[in-house]
Amino acid sequence: MKESNVSKVLHKNNAFLEKKREMKEINVTQALAKNNAFLEELREKSGQDPGQCFQCMKCTGGCPFQFTMDYPPNQIMRMLQNGLIDEVLDSYTIWTCATCATCSARCPRGIDVAKVMDTLRVIAYQKGTTVKGRNMHIFHTAFMSSVKSHGRLYEIGLALGINIGTRKLIQDTDLGLPMLLKGKLSFLPHKIKDKGEIRKLYDYARKIGE
Amino acid sequence: MKVAYYPGCSLSGSARELDTSIKAISSPLGLELVEVPDWNCCGASSAHSTGHFLSFALPARNVIKAEGAGCEEFTAPCPACYVRSFLAQKQLNDDQTMKQHLEEALDQKFGPSTIKIKNVIEIFMDRVTSLHVKKALNGLKVVNYYGCALVKPPETFGFFDDPENPQSMDKIMDLLGAESIQWPYKTECCSASLCFTNQDATWKACRDILQVAEDSGAHAVVAACTLCQNNLDMRQTQVNKKYGTKFNLPVIYFTQLIGLAMGIPGHKLGLDKHFVDPKPLLKSLNLY
Ligand code: SF4
Ligand code: SF4
Repeated sequence: MKESNVSKVLHKNNAFLEKKREMKEINVTQALAKNNAFLEELREKSGQDPGQCFQCMKCTGGCPFQFTMDYPPNQIMRMLQNGLIDEVLDSYTIWTCATCATCSARCPRGIDVAKVMDTLRVIAYQKGTTVKGRNMHIFHTAFMSSVKSHGRLYEIGLALGINIGTRKLIQDTDLGLPMLLKGKLSFLPHKIKDKGEIRKLYDYARKIGE
Repeated sequence: MKVAYYPGCSLSGSARELDTSIKAISSPLGLELVEVPDWNCCGASSAHSTGHFLSFALPARNVIKAEGAGCEEFTAPCPACYVRSFLAQKQLNDDQTMKQHLEEALDQKFGPSTIKIKNVIEIFMDRVTSLHVKKALNGLKVVNYYGCALVKPPETFGFFDDPENPQSMDKIMDLLGAESIQWPYKTECCSASLCFTNQDATWKACRDILQVAEDSGAHAVVAACTLCQNNLDMRQTQVNKKYGTKFNLPVIYFTQLIGLAMGIPGHKLGLDKHFVDPKPLLKSLNLY
């Protein structure tokens, strides 16, 4: 074994780490300055302050879907603290969080992590950055248009809308027929009487832009 | 006592058993259920993912209608509906801006909302007593599965039981004469909400829960949440196909078992509506 190799490697790595440290520092400062307004919006909408997180990782330890995420929940909190907003909004994590709130029940800093995730999804949805959560986008849109026209959910109509939208025409169709036979799906939509009131709520929502 | 009953979209569809069994046990337990007049869909997770106002206004309209029907308590058995209604009432009382928006949209004035909003376990847990038990569920071994939505996070949605080791359903089952097995997956998430974005995660979560339930020696899983019950019951064949397992575990609502112990015949409790048929099990124990 050549001794010099080790020091070479060390030296090389040190230089790399040094550079990485430098880069990160610059990025963080810039990112924070750029994204302060976003963090303010997040705090206001969720009522939660990711700044409170001290990285104990209890949230991640108890998260049943951490194995499906690109960044575990504690890392999302850290990224928020560092202003890495685009990365957070583009993450798969926010779409594969099931909102089970195990993290929220356990966080020693009292942060409702699930609520943060939820708010991030809403913001991503409103900004249109839903590439990784595309199916959810289709689901929500189909759902809300069903409620708009009937006042209630029309399950078959919804399922059709989703399957067409996601181009997975046969997803869960193995469940459809048994559900029909057990009287759990109806062919016709349930409607409420006062659809006018629902219309008023939708119109008003459009008017105030919410 | 008059209780406003908000079935929501799932109880008239995929969660028929829960609806039927709640209706069957309520009056013997001294509850007069009044369906919320002309209720609308609460918007569940879709309304609040798409905008703020509708996520408040849709469930708020239901709470107001229930209040108008002269009820003291309000229950929405689907946990998604329950949470939306609970939060809408909070906003009606605390968020003046939102309230004004609603008043403007509907051109009406609304007073403070005082109706007590309870989840489905809360409504029944203090009403069932040993006096109601006509036919004890002797020999039936169950694991009680609360899921996540009803118990977490406790501060936000009205604390009623321990978020990590809840006991309310266990106590009800003990009272009915069934044996509640303690198990570690009481509040594990079943991942129903991920079935569109990450179906693999849904199957895995269902598999894990069913596996632990079976390993615990339970004959059946007792559920309270419509999403959990649906997911574990309906997807059991999909799970078996995907993982080569042979699960055959009935997933029964706690209200169905209350009814059974009260001596109400099984077909009036929706026990014939399950994907995994609970009748053979119940018959083998002389309970059906
Ligand atoms: S549990 Fe709370 S404090 Fe701990 S890492 Fe997670 S968010 Fe941060
Ligand atoms: S709410 Fe989301 S992040 Fe928190 S434990 Fe559940 S899946 Fe994980």
